[in-house]
Amino acid sequence: MTPLVALAAQSLWNRRGSAALTVFAIAVSVTLLVGVETIRGGTRESFARTISGTDLIVGARSGPINLLLYSVFRVGDATANVSWQSYELVSRHPDVAWTIPISLGDSHRGYRVMGTSGEYFLHYRYGDRQALAFSAGEPFKDAGDAVVGADVARELGYAAGDEITLAHGIGAGSFTGHDEYPFRIAGILAPTGTPVDRTVHVGLDALAEIHEDWQGGARTQVDSSRHPHDGDAPEDAGADTATQPSPAGITAFLVGMRSKDAVLQMQRALNEFRGEPLTAIIPGVALQQLWQIVGVADGALLVIASFVVLAGLIGMLTAILASLRERRREMAILRSVGARPLHVFTLMLLEAALLALAGVLVGVVTAHAILAGAAPVLAGRYGLFMATDGPRVYDLLLAGAVVGAALVTGLVPAWLAYRNSLADGLTIRT
Amino acid sequence: MIIQRLAPPDAAAGYHGAPMTELAIDIEGLAFAWSEGRPVLDVPHFAMRPGESVFLRGPSGSGKSTLLGIVSGVLAPGRGRIGVLGTDLGTLSGARRDAYRAAHIGLVFQMFNLLPYLSVLDNVLLPARFSTARRARARPDPVSESRRLLGELGIADSAITGRPVTELSIGQQQRVAVARALLGRPELVIADEPTSALDSDTRDAFLRLLMSECAAAGAALLFVSHDTALGALFDRRLSIAEINRAEPHRELP
Repeated sequence: MTPLVALAAQSLWNRRGSAALTVFAIAVSVTLLVGVETIRGGTRESFARTISGTDLIVGARSGPINLLLYSVFRVGDATANVSWQSYELVSRHPDVAWTIPISLGDSHRGYRVMGTSGEYFLHYRYGDRQALAFSAGEPFKDAGDAVVGADVARELGYAAGDEITLAHGIGAGSFTGHDEYPFRIAGILAPTGTPVDRTVHVGLDALAEIHEDWQGGARTQVDSSRHPHDGDAPEDAGADTATQPSPAGITAFLVGMRSKDAVLQMQRALNEFRGEPLTAIIPGVALQQLWQIVGVADGALLVIASFVVLAGLIGMLTAILASLRERRREMAILRSVGARPLHVFTLMLLEAALLALAGVLVGVVTAHAILAGAAPVLAGRYGLFMATDGPRVYDLLLAGAVVGAALVTGLVPAWLAYRNSLADGLTIRT
Repeated sequence: MIIQRLAPPDAAAGYHGAPMTELAIDIEGLAFAWSEGRPVLDVPHFAMRPGESVFLRGPSGSGKSTLLGIVSGVLAPGRGRIGVLGTDLGTLSGARRDAYRAAHIGLVFQMFNLLPYLSVLDNVLLPARFSTARRARARPDPVSESRRLLGELGIADSAITGRPVTELSIGQQQRVAVARALLGRPELVIADEPTSALDSDTRDAFLRLLMSECAAAGAALLFVSHDTALGALFDRRLSIAEINRAEPHRELP
């Protein structure tokens, strides 16, 4: 076996040009596979890390995923509000440790504005129960203060102390503004890799104040002909309910319980609440449900990467098959010095294995080098936190799978060479 | 008595009473056909004594490649007894025949004997890689023995042994092939037109070298060529037609 490995390696080295191309093709495909798999793992992990420490999310009656999407991911809109009375009721419950009100509906240059209370900076947790940290400034103190997420500050170039104004409704093209209520940026949050980074936080009371003279989504004192789409614009349909003055209602709220044992009980109580139709969800459960939907696209990535690996292996197969004809002489020489057809078979298989091993090695190293280089960008910009501390057991499994597939592929030329060498014997026909 | 029966009539001339050991080659009633009804070989008997050198002459299509394939154990004999060094190859499996060849037979081809990706030394060492018997008999050790053989054949110069084999002249390549065939003292050396790619000057020198090295190693030499002029140096000269009764025809493409 050992002399055969040396022979296979020397034979490959003799054809190092084409061998290098084959290794390169396999390496590229393995780089993609490892990269996709690591990012997949990172996405899944980041996804689960979006919110933690919160026991219940409560909103108006809707589907759990919808509630999760708008309250945590800032995607979509609430269909109705939660009354302030219900919120007060829950927050005063003896089993409840803390509550964080959330009021959505306004935006600032495309970023969602979230009205909340000071509790948010105290109790909100993400990742491994990490609290929000400030990279500059501090939480808002009075009605004119705003705290922006890391992405908002970076993309728009904001520093603590800058003044911003909010727009009514969602989207950068929102025309109706709250220009008469400028906010001062009191603080900038450190990156979290969650939708928090893309949120502008203001006080609940400030939101109530700027919406006091609003009714039905349009400014009552202003001639509505200046904003022809205000009244019937679809994006405002959800927004106008969401931005009622705060004592009247909020969009949703987060609940932290004193004891985990009370969570299920509280969830049932809220879902059966008689005062108004509410939905209470446990974030972990809802995240899992959402992942089952999102994960489909995620799985598709793996399929694509696997096919690229397959293409790389077919490239190897082509290269080895192409070399077979010119190597019949080589096989005859080996047979003349005592190699059996089985040796020839093994030699060809070893060749495939060596090519695949080299390709996998280069691929895994390249993938991790790229991932390590891209980790800060991925973490800061896309909130993807990945294990970049080098290859893990999973990578070894991937590598093993690719080498295994290469061996199966290598059976084809090995079998052909075996048959050739049986038929050719010592007769060299080229 | 057995010898009398096996030895062809014209063998006695070149035979000088070598010690009675197993015959190098001992073929009895061999028949072989690639396809049904067209026998390539029909050899009633053919024998070679240990250490004997035999010149076998025959045009292409006369079945000599097939005969060499059978004697070297690459092809399975169709019928008959193929004794090589006392072992009937017909009774061995393909793998056992391969092992037997590795242990007891050195082969030299017409040309392109060497693996282009191995050094001269590694090419010579190949039999020792595939056969423990050859490795054991290459004393004191395969590498020293390879260097000694290469030295005998005039390729001791490290400038040559270090070069890729593809840069050697054909004459040098053939001498390396002889060194490889002799490594580990195989009892039988089979050379299939090893001189046909050489010019006449190097041909004679090569032939003398081959014969003296085989004699020094005590190996029997079966030398196949269509060039009758080379036959003079051998113990015995034969035409393939004398031992093969099958009709000559074209070899397979």
